[in-house]
Amino acid sequence: MSVKVLMLGWEYPPHIAGGLGIACHGLSESLHEEGVQITFVVPHLNGEEDASRIKLMSASDVNVTLASPKEEKYSSTHSGPGAKQTFETVAVESTLLPYDFAHLTEPMTSFQHWNNEILTSEKHSGTVSAPYKFKGGYGKELLEEVGRYSFVVEEIARNSNFDIIHAHDWMTYLAGLRASRATGKPLIIHVHATEFDRAGEGGSQAVYDIERMAVEQADHIVAVSNWTADILVSKYNADRSKIHVVHNGVFPNKADASRDSNPIGDKIVTFLGRVTFQKGPEYFVDAARKVLKEFPDSHFVMAGSGDALPQMIHRVARAGMSSNFHFTGFLKKKDIDRLLSFTNVYVMPSVSEPFGITPLEAIQAGVPVIISKQSGVSEVIPHALKVDFWDTDALARAVCSLLKHKSLASTMQKNAKESIKSISWNSAAKKIKRLYYETIHAES
Amino acid sequence: MKQSTQSPKKERQVILYFQVHQPRRLRKLGFLDVGNNGGYFDDHLNSQIIERVSDNCYIPVNEKLRKLAEKYPGLKFCFSLSGVAIDQLEKYKPKALRSFMNLANTGAVEFLSETYYHSLSSLTPNDEFIIQVNAHRKLMQHHFNVVPEVFRNTELIYSNSIGSKVKGLGFKGMLCDGIGRTLEGRSPYQLFRHPSQENFNILLRSNSLSDDIAFRFEQDQKFSVSEFAQWIYNIPGDDSIVTLGMDYETFGEHHKASTGIITFLEKLIEKLHTDNVVTLTDPSTAFKSRVAKEKLDIHDFVSWADESKDISAWLGNDIQCDAFKTLQSLEDSIMKTHNSEIIETWRNLQTSDHFYYMSTKVAQDGNVHSYFSHYGSPYEAFINYMNTLTDLAVRAKNPVPAVLASREEVNAGFEHSAAQV
Repeated sequence: MSVKVLMLGWEYPPHIAGGLGIACHGLSESLHEEGVQITFVVPHLNGEEDASRIKLMSASDVNVTLASPKEEKYSSTHSGPGAKQTFETVAVESTLLPYDFAHLTEPMTSFQHWNNEILTSEKHSGTVSAPYKFKGGYGKELLEEVGRYSFVVEEIARNSNFDIIHAHDWMTYLAGLRASRATGKPLIIHVHATEFDRAGEGGSQAVYDIERMAVEQADHIVAVSNWTADILVSKYNADRSKIHVVHNGVFPNKADASRDSNPIGDKIVTFLGRVTFQKGPEYFVDAARKVLKEFPDSHFVMAGSGDALPQMIHRVARAGMSSNFHFTGFLKKKDIDRLLSFTNVYVMPSVSEPFGITPLEAIQAGVPVIISKQSGVSEVIPHALKVDFWDTDALARAVCSLLKHKSLASTMQKNAKESIKSISWNSAAKKIKRLYYETIHAES
Repeated sequence: MKQSTQSPKKERQVILYFQVHQPRRLRKLGFLDVGNNGGYFDDHLNSQIIERVSDNCYIPVNEKLRKLAEKYPGLKFCFSLSGVAIDQLEKYKPKALRSFMNLANTGAVEFLSETYYHSLSSLTPNDEFIIQVNAHRKLMQHHFNVVPEVFRNTELIYSNSIGSKVKGLGFKGMLCDGIGRTLEGRSPYQLFRHPSQENFNILLRSNSLSDDIAFRFEQDQKFSVSEFAQWIYNIPGDDSIVTLGMDYETFGEHHKASTGIITFLEKLIEKLHTDNVVTLTDPSTAFKSRVAKEKLDIHDFVSWADESKDISAWLGNDIQCDAFKTLQSLEDSIMKTHNSEIIETWRNLQTSDHFYYMSTKVAQDGNVHSYFSHYGSPYEAFINYMNTLTDLAVRAKNPVPAVLASREEVNAGFEHSAAQV
């Protein structure tokens, strides 16, 4: 019998903000190959997603049905989907929020418990309303949507038949917890990033609280690297024995990426990713200044957008190197491919990178890479230059070495490309599938 | 141009100076577009704006002024038109350019000289400034058959050294903003002279009265024509000169006709003329009618822009300075191409507006900057500008030989564009 998984994610290609959507897609496709049946719930679908193998569900299409206050109480923990009672249909409307996360830490003994909360603020109980249309993405209503999503997912869980819940990143953890409580099915959370990676010590307390609660209550935790597993233990007090490290994979390039040239020159060094402090853009800028002293004809490209972009632009201008330092803003996939096709050195100076798929894509495109030691991906690629993110002297030396010694660049390029062939979603999926079976087996 | 032959019958003078300028705005050029040899300028946007501003302001206001000039002989106005504005009028709205010619035919207009590209070239030590002033002279001769004798620099940027440069080009004087910190308690309503250059007049714009019209017309304290005229009459001194200088687009574009601003201008001119307290005149006549006694000594650059009235509107932050420095650094390689199209493009990129869009000032100044900008943010403006410069630098390295300009064209500083128009 194949495993049925209720998988929860916040984005799915082609409309993605970062590596999360790619990872969800890669993993789901490969799990499907392994015979796992997946129902993947995202807040919002717009029809361009590839749903040929994975059953994709949009939370925006689901009416949330709630038990009437007069219905008898029952415990959600062991009720299962079969325990459905007479439900009234009600749309989750904005009156529900601002969402109070505090009560989630209390044990949820009955459906009634939180149902009352809705009914006190929901004037339309007993009427059938349109489902809530999620915006998706990561806008200012994110927390609100995360709350709504958890209710919708619980409803879906009650009406579906599955063996295990697999939730990707904090946006879906609440939903996973609710679904697990409502159905008694085990929950695996998959940590692609933590609030600590995204924001250092200055992150959102609400997000951190959700993550901490999920880390504590989930049956198992998948971490994308040992780097992340260590953070979960040190910052989230996670039980190390619950954590399973499963490195991300990378999609093999369909066509062999052809190298191109750019009229601005053949010493092009690229940073590619969100321009936020955790990605270390300022170390890239500072290293650029040092490299330009050695190679005045080198050019630096910062590709991507983010809240640190204005500061980076000022930093570059203050150093007077705008003529050799270029900004692209957010790039689409085909533009990323073009950029990589004429990039000579790829740099990922992340302060804390749970994994980091882009260096793998750079390697596939035939670009030698320099990555920070504070990244998960450094655990899987031996043929890269690795530096501490703060050591801009070392970073500049690494860039200069690659620009200067063509033999070094080409050797790294060749070996790295060969070695990453083993980093596949397929091997990630095999590990996850084994975890599914172990978890279900332990439950029964 | 027909010069006024009679000396003014009254001592108190008012000069109305209108600035006409439209930059050639850049189209969006991403870093990955560099090397694709696409055009740099947003022809669609530029034509739209020229069309709109012509209909809202240039054509109707020119017509009003023309009628006033015919009704009241002796009335004078002062205009400065940038070369890039004239080129775009000719290209996108010839009717508007003709309406300026019709106004000029009344003999009531004194045209000022400026840099063809409305550039910041006066801030640099090289010949670019002289080349662009000469190019503008040729353009004015071509279209209006005048040789301007008085100079106004981009956004009234001024300093002693710029004054000396301008004097060296044969001008009788130039305009400057009347800024408190440079006046040392003296009245701005008089002619000043350069501290070291003989016979070089400096005419100060009254920034408070001018800004009342340009920036405060629609605000709460709306004033009547009579009130405004009275403010002018109340200025002490029988030989005062009051210069009201503003963007011409103030009338009908920045403030739409529905606010009554065009009528205000019309009535004000009529009132000032018929009250017989002051004479509406032009800078050359003012220079002839009196002798500048006071020296105006200005070491640091001043201008009419922003609260600070310095050059920080264009070179006030790191990105502006770096962009300007990069633009300058291309000069040698651009000139070496002898490619007139590349050289002219480089000069169009010198237009001050490109730097104005990169200002990161906030509050009142910031609002004015973003009103004029077609970019979402100063950073977008910077990135787009730098990508354009990068592309131009690439083209300068590998110029297309087919459009090589002759050596004379390049050396004569704009034979090419002058001949085009």
